[in-house]
Amino acid sequence: MESTERKILVVLPHPDDECFGLSGTLSKHIREGGYVTYACLTLGEMGRNMGVPPFANRVTLPRIRKEELELSCRTIGIQDLRLLGFHDKTIEFEDKELLDGKILELLQTLRPSLVYTFYPGFSVHPDHDACGAAVIRAVERLPEADRPVVHCMAFSRDHEQYIGKPDVAVDVKPFLKQKIASIQAHRSQFQVPELQGNKKQPTKEVEERFGTERFWTYRF
Amino acid sequence: MQPIELGEIQRRIDSLKNQDLYLHLEMTTGAYAAHWDSTKHPAATFVTNAAVRYTHGSISGAGPYRVGLKTEHGWIYSEGLTHYEETETERLLLAGHDSQGKLVVALQLSGQPF
Repeated sequence: MESTERKILVVLPHPDDECFGLSGTLSKHIREGGYVTYACLTLGEMGRNMGVPPFANRVTLPRIRKEELELSCRTIGIQDLRLLGFHDKTIEFEDKELLDGKILELLQTLRPSLVYTFYPGFSVHPDHDACGAAVIRAVERLPEADRPVVHCMAFSRDHEQYIGKPDVAVDVKPFLKQKIASIQAHRSQFQVPELQGNKKQPTKEVEERFGTERFWTYRF
Repeated sequence: MQPIELGEIQRRIDSLKNQDLYLHLEMTTGAYAAHWDSTKHPAATFVTNAAVRYTHGSISGAGPYRVGLKTEHGWIYSEGLTHYEETETERLLLAGHDSQGKLVVALQLSGQPF
């Protein structure tokens, strides 16, 4: 099986931003021969979740979350993880030249045909919105003919009122094993009761909740 | 981290007074507070690596605890602290976790930047 998407760039601000909305789709791309670079802007060092019971603290959290991200990437099969070194919660305040420049450099050197990020304005966390906006600005700086397709995730309240229904739906049920492992890799951040235990087959409830990933193609 | 022991924290506060220190102070409801519950008002604030020096400080309350540190020109104050990192010998790491274990507040002091 050959994918039409050979090179894929993912730009997200926090370790774990990939797991619920994108990990199944990335597993599918990789199974089909795609090469994925994941540029993660921060280490999520300001996260509030410290594990249950807490095993992280403010000082150890960045190292723990970096390890969790690396494990998540291994479970998905991501070939190339880049840590861009920005500080959690500060993306919207960063020097835009610096931020956009880092993303533009990735676009120019990797020349992906497909980019995944958050839909600016509809992604709840200020870092998500600022990350998506930076990706869009960087793509806009490329000549129109060289621009990759951009697929965005969105989940704010009432987002469909503004951007309509997602135009891309990926059936990731064959990749639930990787997806669940990706979610579980971020063990300081998430405890999902229905994913606990080592069930051989995902339950109907899990398939229903996690089996489809949806995206909006950004219109430039 | 371990639940705060009043006497132990008071000793650590005393041992750091009258020194040039770096402060990390934060409080947060989490960025998703209003997303999950529209009646909630999301708020968060942090200062990291502010240079401070206090002349006098103490911890009080019956848990969650309050800490007040008196500086030359003002005060540093934090309420809702529940835990401290017992393995840190040079630095003071205090945090307040809610009933789900999520961090709500943090007050940290160190001789070196965080």
